[in-house]
Amino acid sequence: MTWFKRQSGDLEPSGEKKVRTEGLWVKCEDCRQIIWKKDLDANLNVCPKCQHHFRVDARTRLAQLLDDGEYTTDDLKLASTDPLKFTDLKKYSDRLTKTRKDTGLKDAIVNARGKLNGQPVIVSSMEYAFIGGSMGSVVGEAITRAVERATDLRIPLLIVSASGGARMMEGVISLMQLAKISAALARMDDARVPYISILTDPTTGGTTASFAMLGDLNIAEPGALIGFAGPRVIEQTIRQKLPGGFQRSEFLLEHGMLDAVVHRKDLKNYIARALEFMMPN
Amino acid sequence: MDSAEQSKRELEDIERQVRHLEKAAGENQDARRQLQTLQEQIEALRRQVTTHLGPWQRTELARHPQRPYTLDYIERIFADWSEIHGDRGFSDDPAIVCGMAKFHGEDVAVIGTQKGRDAKQRVYRNFGMPNPEGYRKALRVMRIAEKFRRPIFTLVDTPGAYPGLGAEERGQAEAIAHNLREMARLRVPIVATITGEGGSGGALAIAVADRVLMMENSIYSVISPEGCASIMWRDASKRELAAAAMKITAEDLSQFRLVDEVVPEPPGGAQNDWDAAARMLDERLQANLAQLKAKSPEELAAQRYDKFRGIAQAFTE
Repeated sequence: MTWFKRQSGDLEPSGEKKVRTEGLWVKCEDCRQIIWKKDLDANLNVCPKCQHHFRVDARTRLAQLLDDGEYTTDDLKLASTDPLKFTDLKKYSDRLTKTRKDTGLKDAIVNARGKLNGQPVIVSSMEYAFIGGSMGSVVGEAITRAVERATDLRIPLLIVSASGGARMMEGVISLMQLAKISAALARMDDARVPYISILTDPTTGGTTASFAMLGDLNIAEPGALIGFAGPRVIEQTIRQKLPGGFQRSEFLLEHGMLDAVVHRKDLKNYIARALEFMMPN
Repeated sequence: MDSAEQSKRELEDIERQVRHLEKAAGENQDARRQLQTLQEQIEALRRQVTTHLGPWQRTELARHPQRPYTLDYIERIFADWSEIHGDRGFSDDPAIVCGMAKFHGEDVAVIGTQKGRDAKQRVYRNFGMPNPEGYRKALRVMRIAEKFRRPIFTLVDTPGAYPGLGAEERGQAEAIAHNLREMARLRVPIVATITGEGGSGGALAIAVADRVLMMENSIYSVISPEGCASIMWRDASKRELAAAAMKITAEDLSQFRLVDEVVPEPPGGAQNDWDAAARMLDERLQANLAQLKAKSPEELAAQRYDKFRGIAQAFTE
């Protein structure tokens, strides 16, 4: 028996809305400072206080990398057929439907063409928000097409990785994408067309174990998680805590696994410099 | 005890009971008829056990501790085996064996992951999970084979590439990636066989081949059923559901045309008769190599490219 009862029905919303503050301010995941969202955007989504690199979505990435933020897209209609009719706690087809609605993309990749400091480039930009940027038949096909297009047109290729690896819900079909993309990259290598791999937070599993590590140059943003096995799997295997900074960009650089760790604000110039070196005058 | 073994024992138990009943039944026609139906049911069950194993039972067979491993097949199929060690950079990885051998009189390179049979050997072979050095050694030997125009056979039975601290430090991902790209353009015939567990990238890193065969009771998967279960179901014990959902058996993968051929095994599985299993594999290796040898190096490379370019297409546009 409750002492007080609501009189009747639902509460009426008050006529005037409060000023919305949500979304205007962001807390830095690293230094916990409160940052004005506009400052963060103006700073390429890098914390102005501690230089922590926030994750950016595939299209923001393209806009940041390409001249005047302009580009055209390719292969955006590719969509998975859910070949295994995979179901775990949820249906894979339902996951796809929901993620497509949330991201406005058919899968975890945007292929684009544009210019970088005046140099035409082809870019494959991965979308981490789409099922962890996982690679199934669509991501595999889109990247392969980008590789082939770059090879045929002799335009340098950039792949921006942000991916947890192969997509479990497409089973070995996902695994075979590693072989498919790598085979296309072998041809591109034979044709001596430049490919620069840009590893961002996070790049793990089958993505690292294929195209992300196969660039003429493999460069990463600061602090990105990069590895083959995920940290939890390794901890379970070796039964001990991992040292701080393990599998971060700086760790890989120190172990000779990366060509450079480049701050987001310097990324464009670094790539432009490399392409100048690689392209015939 | 694994579940396949369990079904087998149950079946044997029923058979024993039926034999006992047969004696007891004597001349009673009605009992005889009933026994007859029981016998038929047993036959059906046995066929089910051996030919229609579920994905999890196949997984258990693929991991069976008495299954022949790479060196067992090498001993039975190849002659004049001389092992080649080391990656020339860091160490020799015992989880991958490489070497020169004769295959029906012809010089070939053989590369395979190797599991250990007893506790000491298992640790020495790191449970068949290679470190980066293993993959680098494998590629080094494949390059030697290419230089001297010798075909390459690979035998794959690994839970996966080792997810360890040192493996990460020394570039496990880079080693695998490098193999995938280089195998795609080797100019000699490559025949890969999944003999037991085909554990994801760690298996694929020596299986980018002109022909990919799977033994009848082997599995090939993007992640172990346990791994998939703990991620997707948040419960590793749902491994049987995960095994079924991921379509990892030879039969499934051949239906999806992800592998070229399924190599039959002796009744009940390769663990029951190593010699017969080796003979059956040998026969398929010979047939596939003969077809590949008829092709020029250019043709081989082009067809291998087309094979992997056209594989695993599961999209609309």
